Amino acid sequence: MSFPWAKHYEPRNPVMRFLDEKLPLPRLVYNAVGAGYPVPRNLNYMYNFGVLAGFCLVLQIVTGVILAMHYAPNSLVAFGSTEHLMRDVNWGWMLRYAHANGASFFFVVVYLHIFRGFFYGSYKAPREMIWLLGVVIFLLMMATAFMGYVLPWGQMSFWGAKVITGLFSAIPLVGEPLQVWLLGGFAPDNAALNRFFSLHFLLPFVIAGVVILHIWALHIPGSTNPTGVEVKSESDTVPFHPYYTAKDGFGLGVFLLLYCAFVFFFPNYLGHPDNYIEANPLSTPAHIVPEWYFWPFYAILRAFTADILFIPAKLMGVMAMFGAILLWFFLPWLDNSPVRSGHYRPLFRKFFWFGLIPAMAVLFYCGGAPAEEPYVMLSQIATAYYFMHFLVIIPIVSRIEKPRPLPFSITEAVLGEDKKAVLGENTKPAV
Amino acid sequence: MIRIIGIAAGAFFTLSVLWAFVTGAYTAITEPAPETAEHAFHKHPRELHLQSDGPFGTWNLQQLQRGYQVYKEVCSACHSLKFVAMRDLEQLGYSEAEVKAEAASWTVPGVDPDTGEATTRSGEPTDYFPSPYPNEVAAAAANNNAVPPDLSLMTKARHDGSAYVYSLLTGFQEQPEKLLEEFPQAKTPAGLHYNPYFANLNLAMAPPLTMDGQVTYADGTEATIDQMAQDVAAFLTWTAEPSLPKRKQTGWPVLGFLLFATILAYLAKQQIWARVKPDKNRQDD
Repeated sequence: MSFPWAKHYEPRNPVMRFLDEKLPLPRLVYNAVGAGYPVPRNLNYMYNFGVLAGFCLVLQIVTGVILAMHYAPNSLVAFGSTEHLMRDVNWGWMLRYAHANGASFFFVVVYLHIFRGFFYGSYKAPREMIWLLGVVIFLLMMATAFMGYVLPWGQMSFWGAKVITGLFSAIPLVGEPLQVWLLGGFAPDNAALNRFFSLHFLLPFVIAGVVILHIWALHIPGSTNPTGVEVKSESDTVPFHPYYTAKDGFGLGVFLLLYCAFVFFFPNYLGHPDNYIEANPLSTPAHIVPEWYFWPFYAILRAFTADILFIPAKLMGVMAMFGAILLWFFLPWLDNSPVRSGHYRPLFRKFFWFGLIPAMAVLFYCGGAPAEEPYVMLSQIATAYYFMHFLVIIPIVSRIEKPRPLPFSITEAVLGEDKKAVLGENTKPAV
Repeated sequence: MIRIIGIAAGAFFTLSVLWAFVTGAYTAITEPAPETAEHAFHKHPRELHLQSDGPFGTWNLQQLQRGYQVYKEVCSACHSLKFVAMRDLEQLGYSEAEVKAEAASWTVPGVDPDTGEATTRSGEPTDYFPSPYPNEVAAAAANNNAVPPDLSLMTKARHDGSAYVYSLLTGFQEQPEKLLEEFPQAKTPAGLHYNPYFANLNLAMAPPLTMDGQVTYADGTEATIDQMAQDVAAFLTWTAEPSLPKRKQTGWPVLGFLLFATILAYLAKQQIWARVKPDKNRQDD
């Protein structure tokens, strides 16, 4: 971090000094998440989710690596090996529930992290690269989670894999050969299961790599904050450690309480009962639904029920589903309002709370519901709003909106204008 | 430029999905989806209370033993229990010797040590419960083409699993006359049996529990149909998740510890932040 008042790492312990000279790893940590990283002093609890997402990634890798020691990626025995893990491996049930619910909670945390970014304009200059890398992480997470859900080889694993890989067959000309190539066969079977397992093991480490880039990119301009006003002076910041390590520690405690309540008391609530039935290519489940974290995008996929000109409905749905996420890549340029924080943007704020959030809620609900009326019509309206919001409303609002006056600085926003006297007293080094 | 392309793309997707909405709404109005017998007459499972329910749930070993007896004497004629081993019966409160004797009462596939021919032998505690049929084709052939599902995970593989098993076993009945009046084509086909708790109302399984006293319980409990259904539902709750009470018992200390740690973390956070919080009453650092 480049603020001139950032603290410098000065090891006193001879061992640390030795290490710092040869391999400055402690220095890296100190500057990344230690006292050497000055952070705006006014971050609220919505800013906890970055650290929590990092925690979830580590949790998933640790539980996942142990699960892989007992799991057999072969379509004949995969389901049985999962049951072996649940019944005969010491604490195997806990590891599996921790991993399955860990995926769900990873998505909860990441959705909140993303929507915090939407509201506070975290994607805007000079932080475009952080945002772009974040969207890449989200896409990698979706791929990883999808392939992980196939591994137990239950009914939803099999039929989910069949439906999702079937999307590729909508691509004109090359679609069907592409699907066969991706699956290694005409339907999901041992070849598909093996490659999904291999990729499910690989991708989390790719995610970890992109997370490092995400944090690296973050440390160039530093964190945003709820006012969206950039850091101006030392009194606007506090060192990450101990202030935000303490705040994140409390956030982590609350997160773990909720997460463990699910792991130990409702471990199957977020899953689907059909996945406790072994995969059977001859028996189609009544309602094929993906895991809950894919529901909004699944609803968008199913909302396109009519052919448009020469484009078949299925291809429209696939384009819209991928487009719904890919358009996030363009958000920093679609929104050119000079004001970052939604807090000071009256019109943007209305569309966010009364447009985007209800539309997402409807999409979440309808994606998990059967493909019947009224769910299809509801998801069509919500899908229409979703695309309007990002591609039409945001560019227009950013042009016509008259933002509320911004505070002069973060310190002023925290202490209030009338307390400038207090501010003067407080600008002494904060620690 | 990017905003203009964005608005054009947004308009394209929005208009496309609105067009789909209009055509869908038109179809929904002109040809409303017909009401189905499944939708009108399917029932949610009846309430069932087991000792294993709730955050402090534990096994009722007496009931599990009774449920095992019902499985052994009734269900196992058609249904396998392939993920459960005989040794697991020790968890139902049987002694090691009892488990050995119980295992020996089952016949499992084996190999003749002299000739290598397929044969059968009596079970050992290390054996898994044997399937009643040599393979799926045999299972289908013996059951009018409907393969009886494995029961190991049944209560986890259905919504409200335990209650579902209990309701299904006690739910066989004549088709209501109202159903036949409204949906004459929905008459239960020959070979199937009407049961409102089953998703499509008609299932291949004949009522398995047909009369009170079908099994004779060792503990003297009266074996009514309702009692047997409850007991086997409890037993299948155990087969689906033998670690259930351990999971709940582990959860409480975990949550207790986390609550304590979280309170400490909160207090630590308050103390650390007190140094920079604007506070009128604060005197100095």
